[in-house]
Amino acid sequence: MSRKNGAAGEKIPGSDPKDRAEYTPVTYDPQYILMVNELKKYFPIKGGMMSRTVGQVKAVDGVTFNLKRGTTMGLVGESGCGKTTTGRTILRLSGEKTGGQVLFNGREVYDLSNKEMRSMRTKMQIIFQDPFSSLSPRLPVGEIIGEAVREHNLVSKAEFNDYIDKVMDNCGLQPFHKERYPHEFSGGQRQRICIARALALNPEFVVCDEPVSALDVSIQAQIINLLKELQEQYKLTYLFISHDLSVVEHISDTVGVMYLGNLVEYGRTEDIFRNPLHPYTKALFSAIPVPDPNAKMNRIVLEGSIPSPANPPTGCKFHTRCANCTQRCKEEAPVQREVEPGHYVVCHLYDK
Amino acid sequence: MEAGNIVIILRFSDEGGGFSLRNYIIKRVIFSIFILFFVTLTIYTLIRCLPASYVETMAMQLASKPGAKPYEEWVAQLNASYGLDQPILIGYFHWLSDFAHGNFGDSWRFTVPVIQKFREVIGVSFVMGAISLVLELVIAIPLGVVAATKQYSKADYAISASALVGISLPTFFFATILKLIFSVKMGWFDTHGMVGRNFAQLDAMGKFLDQANHLVLPIATLTIVSVGSLMRYTRTNMLEVLNADYIRTARAKGLSEGKVIYHHAFRNTLIPLVTIVGGSLPGLFSGALITETLFSIPGIGFTSYQAMTAGDIPFTMFYLSFIAVLTLAGNLISDILYAVVDPRVRLS
Repeated sequence: MSRKNGAAGEKIPGSDPKDRAEYTPVTYDPQYILMVNELKKYFPIKGGMMSRTVGQVKAVDGVTFNLKRGTTMGLVGESGCGKTTTGRTILRLSGEKTGGQVLFNGREVYDLSNKEMRSMRTKMQIIFQDPFSSLSPRLPVGEIIGEAVREHNLVSKAEFNDYIDKVMDNCGLQPFHKERYPHEFSGGQRQRICIARALALNPEFVVCDEPVSALDVSIQAQIINLLKELQEQYKLTYLFISHDLSVVEHISDTVGVMYLGNLVEYGRTEDIFRNPLHPYTKALFSAIPVPDPNAKMNRIVLEGSIPSPANPPTGCKFHTRCANCTQRCKEEAPVQREVEPGHYVVCHLYDK
Repeated sequence: MEAGNIVIILRFSDEGGGFSLRNYIIKRVIFSIFILFFVTLTIYTLIRCLPASYVETMAMQLASKPGAKPYEEWVAQLNASYGLDQPILIGYFHWLSDFAHGNFGDSWRFTVPVIQKFREVIGVSFVMGAISLVLELVIAIPLGVVAATKQYSKADYAISASALVGISLPTFFFATILKLIFSVKMGWFDTHGMVGRNFAQLDAMGKFLDQANHLVLPIATLTIVSVGSLMRYTRTNMLEVLNADYIRTARAKGLSEGKVIYHHAFRNTLIPLVTIVGGSLPGLFSGALITETLFSIPGIGFTSYQAMTAGDIPFTMFYLSFIAVLTLAGNLISDILYAVVDPRVRLS
């Protein structure tokens, strides 16, 4: 994906100064490991005779949040809302961004040279959703985990083997697993390999892109607990992308809710789960199953389906499905505002 | 190489547990022998039914001599002496019994033992095949990789278009064009033959260069008409691998682009490539019938063309059975190589 869309030469919106002025640049605040400001990522739609760009899929359309060191932020939303693209765009894994800022430890990720970017990658890692396709079938596990460690000279040659053993042990893998190939492992073990691979680089920040969605429910808890243990041990910061709200509630300190490329609500987990403000969040959270057969569920059922990100609605993107939609929502896009300390929402209802 | 078009597919990959490479090979060899039996039976029947009869041609010549026996008598006598008076099936089993004993008979057209003629002509075919295979690999693989890594770029379009042209060019047409340009107009090479007219007067080095000069156009033809498919094959496989999730993992690791492409992507592309190239290795011995004939290169292809048109049953049978063996061996080799290069198939 990144190859096709990152093609050089075509005009990327946001690359000229006029578009850049759409957001106010943020200044670095050392308590935040990651500051994302009005991040945009559009994918061109090619069509016609000369495969010209005939439109854009606005996968991420202005996402703003800050992530404190050592905490976990959950990113939730329905399929196709841009969660995964947000994660990948932050890590500069899907070509160039379209607009906005990504400050990692105060440095703009997209301003780094290729060489700087490569060494920066050790500090920011990703665990992919699918532990089956994200491991090269031709490499033994020891090489998958150790390759980048050696590439970046993170440990001396003498310590290398012990270091890999230690990382694998931390992730619940045995030293003899090193010689084996990925296909010899179960899904849960493969996800442990993916985690070990990411952690071997001693990162500060890890994007967990639906790390448990592909796993058996019984294995999910093991992996979640492993991620939590490792977070304490390595002082990691997580961006935890998931559509499983109970998992997110369990692991996250803050939660962001995405809808059609926008972060519609963002705040501390307790605030979001006890007091959801945005109509979309309310609908989303009303769908969490309650483990009590007698409980009366007040489900808010959204009408219609999610609009196409290639042609998003004007004004507030949620207005087509919102019960509280007003004339203003159809015309004017709302901005992010802090309704209570640390609890942000993008909705006209809270403008007063 | 053109003979490689005879593809016999025989796979037992859907067999369940207890898979062992040795048993597999034994099974495959036994099945190959069965196939060989039916292939040779078919070939023998076809040859016997061909209108180009060696005996008739010879009888016609003998009968036209002054004072000779009439044509019918010559045919009957020759048929008896060449064993053609027997029914096809019996003739086949005679041939099969000789073949199984390693007795390939004498060539009628060349009046020497088949195996001697084969030894004389296989060398040049092998040299041509080997050189053009090496050239193919050297040209096709890097270009295929470049086309895939720069997908939809100008370089990719240029490479893909020329691959398509190469695939679409018929050998006889392309060889004729080459002859027209480089032999007739430019005068750089002879239009046909292995040696120039003053070959006998040259010293050792001069002889070598003269022969090399005569092989340039045939090898160019062979290479260009078959390089395209390997190039496209490389490109397709490389593209598939480059879009795999684990390539994104490799990038996320912070590996350099070169490492990502050559260490991760290309290694995975090698699996299908090694299989297909390994499978084409026996084809080095099969000669190139059309190309050799067009350039009158006395290789195994041209020789068997001459044998076939003359109705030379022993030589034709030997050549076609040889091709059948090579094809079966090629398929077997490519399947075994698959097991060797792919760790998922590799057996402990």
